[in-house]
Amino acid sequence: MDYSKILSEKAQVLKPSGIRKFFDLLNEMTDVVALTVGQPDFVTPWHIREAGIESLEDGKTYYTSNSGLISMREEISKYLDRRFGLTYDPKTELVVTVGGSEAIDIAVRACLNPGDEVIIPQPSFVCYGPLVSMADGVPVYIETKEKDNFKLTAEELKAAISPKTKLLVLPFPNNPTGAVMNREDLEKIAEVLRGTDIMVLSDEIYAEMTYGEKKTNTASGHVSIASLPGMRERTIIVNGFSKAYAMTGWRMGYTAAPEPVTKQMLKLHQYGIMCAPTTSQYAAVEALKNGDPDIEEMTAEYDRRRRFIVDGLRALGIPTFEPEGAFYVFPNVGVFGLSSEEFCEKLLYDYGVAIVPGTAFGDCGEGFARISYAYSVKHITEALERMGKFVEDLKKGKYKE
Amino acid sequence: MDQILQLLEKDCRLTADQIAAQLGRKPAEVAAEIARYEKEGVILGYTALIDWDKTDREYVSAVIELKVSPSRDRGFDKIAERIYQYPEVQAVQLMSSSGYDLMLIIEGKTMKEVAYFVANKLATLDSVISTATHFVLKKYKDMGVIYGAKNTDERDQAYYGLQ
Repeated sequence: MDYSKILSEKAQVLKPSGIRKFFDLLNEMTDVVALTVGQPDFVTPWHIREAGIESLEDGKTYYTSNSGLISMREEISKYLDRRFGLTYDPKTELVVTVGGSEAIDIAVRACLNPGDEVIIPQPSFVCYGPLVSMADGVPVYIETKEKDNFKLTAEELKAAISPKTKLLVLPFPNNPTGAVMNREDLEKIAEVLRGTDIMVLSDEIYAEMTYGEKKTNTASGHVSIASLPGMRERTIIVNGFSKAYAMTGWRMGYTAAPEPVTKQMLKLHQYGIMCAPTTSQYAAVEALKNGDPDIEEMTAEYDRRRRFIVDGLRALGIPTFEPEGAFYVFPNVGVFGLSSEEFCEKLLYDYGVAIVPGTAFGDCGEGFARISYAYSVKHITEALERMGKFVEDLKKGKYKE
Repeated sequence: MDQILQLLEKDCRLTADQIAAQLGRKPAEVAAEIARYEKEGVILGYTALIDWDKTDREYVSAVIELKVSPSRDRGFDKIAERIYQYPEVQAVQLMSSSGYDLMLIIEGKTMKEVAYFVANKLATLDSVISTATHFVLKKYKDMGVIYGAKNTDERDQAYYGLQ
């Protein structure tokens, strides 16, 4: 059979990640210190795991309502208010999803008509573009720059808007750069959008991981664009439990959006998923009720590692933008004259350290690399020592032809 | 709680430089603070946590419950200070239990050796009323560390774009 003639053309033209070969090799190598993963090294706190286990012991193995357990939505509603000062009706404005990923998918599909344009700042998480394409939308990329601290600027946004613009993806705190948008930054973006028909998909999965001096009046330190005047009505918030509570494998996320938007998203969720996993929902309810101290503890640990790794990279002479969110640093490895992929390949093959080339997050990631600090300080120390040798050899001209 | 102490309690081999980097402080400042803690007796020592079962050392430990009569002026301090002089005694703590007063941890080569020590040295002390010995058969967790924990990172380290 000639599958290329049978299968969806839209699916076939989606590009698989271009660095697959590189990382397949990593899996075969021994003695590699990897700083590649995008998930916490913490195990889900025990009381949360226990709540999941207890729900199974009690035989709670049924479907929940399509939009999720009402107790879960009520707790999400309280959480959004407590941590970010946001008000959402648990009955009509929340959908519990299978991770943040499904939330992004239904948000995109609920908004787009064929040919609609979606503005996506890059470098960023890789799923937005492909999901937009599958929904017959057109991704329009904006390059965020190191000189702007990798923030989205109002000028660049204005320049990217066309009559076909339907949606702006706002992925902050950002994977992979660690950039955050504070209230003043967001106000400038809001000013561009007010009075238009452009919606915002605000991916706030890293909202609990912001560091440095808190200049906000929210308990979490994160500001959601939906909390700005006139923005709630045009914003779909995507959030989840993976990063904040170290619950990646539970696949728990949600959307928060005005009722008319939620209605459409809920239909897509009903037909595609039915409901998010019940066991995970019971665990997530416990996380929301009693998990604030866990967030604080884990975030404090990430913050110490963040300072440690930024300090270490700068000491090696690698220019490193100060990340204020998520758990990544995005150093400028381009200063040594190699491309991102060359730098990462040589570092892996010859020095046994794995990091992700910035180009994995969009072409504009060229010159940078993503380093995760969801690892112990001991592990990071070993990686920095090996990178030190690499940088020394680079300075001696080892890789100059 | 002081973050320096928290970090050192978890890993006392961290250098002042490493701690300073994590806390965003100056190395000299951190070093001075650690020196002050040592001088004031807040930090009493730095020890290694060893799983002796994995070595060829002959080793047993036991928890001893001790019922004692307190002395008139000095309460339990006098007898506790007498007992902690023995090198076999690893720990002495005054407990709130109604059944006994002091809890000791004793180390020795064999169960017999420990039992002899309790019978000959502790039980014979004037203020000791009774003893109860509980041998440790297996350690699962100590000082917050799980014994024999698999030290492997099971997260998929390869990056295919979706994390």
